[in-house]
Amino acid sequence: MSDSTSDDAAAARAPAAAPVARPPSAFERLSNRGFTGATRALTWGVVVLAAYIIWEIGGHALPAIREYGMGFLTGTEWNPNRGEFGILPQIWGTVYSSLLALLMAGFVGLTIAIFLTQGFLPRTLETTFRYIVELLAAVPSVVYGLWGIHVVIPMLRPVADWLHAELSWIPFFSTTLSGPGMFPAALVLAIMILPTVAAVSQDALRAVPHKMKEAVYGIGATRWEAIVKVIVPAAATSIFGAMVLGLGRALGETMALAMLVGNSNQITLSLFSPANTLAAALALNFPEAGRIEAQALMYSAVVLLAITLIVNVIGAAIVTRAAKRLEA
Amino acid sequence: MRQIHKSLLFLLACCAVTSCGGPGEQMRLTGSGASFPYPIYSTWFKNYSRASDGVIIDYQAKGSGAGIRDFINRTVDFAGSDAAMTDEEMAEVDGGVILLPITAGEIVVAYNLPDVSTPLKLPRAVYPDIFLARITRWDDPAIAAANPGIDLPDLPITVVRRADSSGTTYVFSKHLAAISATWRDGPGVGKTVVWADTDKIVAAPKNDGVTATIMQTPGAIGYIEHGYAKFADVPMAALENRQGAFVTPGSGGGGAALQSAELPDDMRVWVTDPDTADAYPIVTYTWLLVRREHGDSGKAQALVDLLEYCLTEGQQIAEDMGYVPLPAHVVTRARAALAAIQ
Repeated sequence: MSDSTSDDAAAARAPAAAPVARPPSAFERLSNRGFTGATRALTWGVVVLAAYIIWEIGGHALPAIREYGMGFLTGTEWNPNRGEFGILPQIWGTVYSSLLALLMAGFVGLTIAIFLTQGFLPRTLETTFRYIVELLAAVPSVVYGLWGIHVVIPMLRPVADWLHAELSWIPFFSTTLSGPGMFPAALVLAIMILPTVAAVSQDALRAVPHKMKEAVYGIGATRWEAIVKVIVPAAATSIFGAMVLGLGRALGETMALAMLVGNSNQITLSLFSPANTLAAALALNFPEAGRIEAQALMYSAVVLLAITLIVNVIGAAIVTRAAKRLEA
Repeated sequence: MRQIHKSLLFLLACCAVTSCGGPGEQMRLTGSGASFPYPIYSTWFKNYSRASDGVIIDYQAKGSGAGIRDFINRTVDFAGSDAAMTDEEMAEVDGGVILLPITAGEIVVAYNLPDVSTPLKLPRAVYPDIFLARITRWDDPAIAAANPGIDLPDLPITVVRRADSSGTTYVFSKHLAAISATWRDGPGVGKTVVWADTDKIVAAPKNDGVTATIMQTPGAIGYIEHGYAKFADVPMAALENRQGAFVTPGSGGGGAALQSAELPDDMRVWVTDPDTADAYPIVTYTWLLVRREHGDSGKAQALVDLLEYCLTEGQQIAEDMGYVPLPAHVVTRARAALAAIQ
């Protein structure tokens, strides 16, 4: 017992006695090299994995791409019994629902970001609110779907009925709300992408240089003028990037939409009409799909992948450009 | 350092001991397929696991089509299917397959009319037209004529259908095609069909999704499996059968419908339009698929025991769970078929 305690004490004194600088030991050199190698391998692993997924999906989709070609993108009928496949309604529904969701989430998310970054609240409250908004991202998709069916749709029904009765000449309100439909789906989708939009917008607003703010207040601007005319425009490109990232998330959202959008292949501007989206159609049709339909579904997956990829690349490009401009 | 090594070794040893099986041999049977009979399957498998010594049964309700694929690829020991198997699919199973009718269910037409408390009656001429979106309002004279004394509301009819491809849609569309030429020449028969192009037809995933959507939408009507409707307590229509009688689901009409159908040698039979006075019109068997030659004799024996249990004791809980118990002659035939499993 006494032996080991004196050993420990010696060990504790040892570092102080050792020289401050010394060449790395063989073990340290080896573990350094191992660590570098591991990070490199894992990073490339992710790239290879992404490439493999694209290769695999593309490979399975190839027969359908050859068979249906561009007509697949403009066709409106999905009939596995007759081997007719077209996904224009799904593409329309995906883009329309995502844009609607972005319109709502963008406005609310930016407002939240301004409120939480421009000194309206004490620091601790700001952080608390930020966590609460980010908590929305932790709610599972299927819970949003159930909440949509049991709470949002019954709540929207009287509003929708009134809008249809009074304003049915506007194309957006040209049909009655049957239950699931475009508007409830887009509304729930907006709440789901809100954390992304709000968080990235907050970072954008925080990145506006302090000197700039001081200068604006210094020349006598009110808070409103400073925010609307200087701070938000200065962060505009990053905020736009936040919107695009939100859009990217909205495009791929599946379960909540499958439960709320009505899954009917319609192309209409009406907000209360049922519609369909690519992701929902994929999730719902795969389990029972035969060989030909599975290939057509893979083709739709490629289309969805392409849409999301384009949106994300644009978003990333905008954010990098904004970062460079702020540095300069 | 040495002590850490020792404790690590000890830990490893512990893991090895526990994973190599505790007391008693465990046997795991896996299956996948139809979701329509899932509620009764899970109850059966749980009860059987508890009664038997160490047999664990995993069943994934991922859909009939996926179950059949898993079964052909030999990733599962058995599969469930609402659509039996096609001849081509059967040919792909090496060693041969036995299709066992294991339980049956009624497909009901459920609706949501807030101020109507008496069960609706839907004549044969009317309900195909509702699902074709040719009758679009609840106060349509054709519906009113069959339901004197019910004050039908002035509401549009919202049809709720299955969004995913499903055995339930297959059976329902097969029945509609049998009784309506317009349906047969229009949407036709399939696990998914192309519905009329209107915003008054919405789709929801799975039986429970359709049930929830019907319950949340005043003026909705849809087709679901009886067990789900019974559990959710949603009103169901009495349907007119071939003999002109209106039969409510869950009243023994399902058994009568099954009795009316002759069982062929391969036990694949569809009761599309039963012709007895007390039969409920939309009833279907659901099948369990097992291999003739399983390869693993221990597993094969366990599977036979399990199926024996489902076909005898298991049938007694069918009625309570909203399913239709198999007629006696079907049970006899299915039990005889078990003998062929090796």
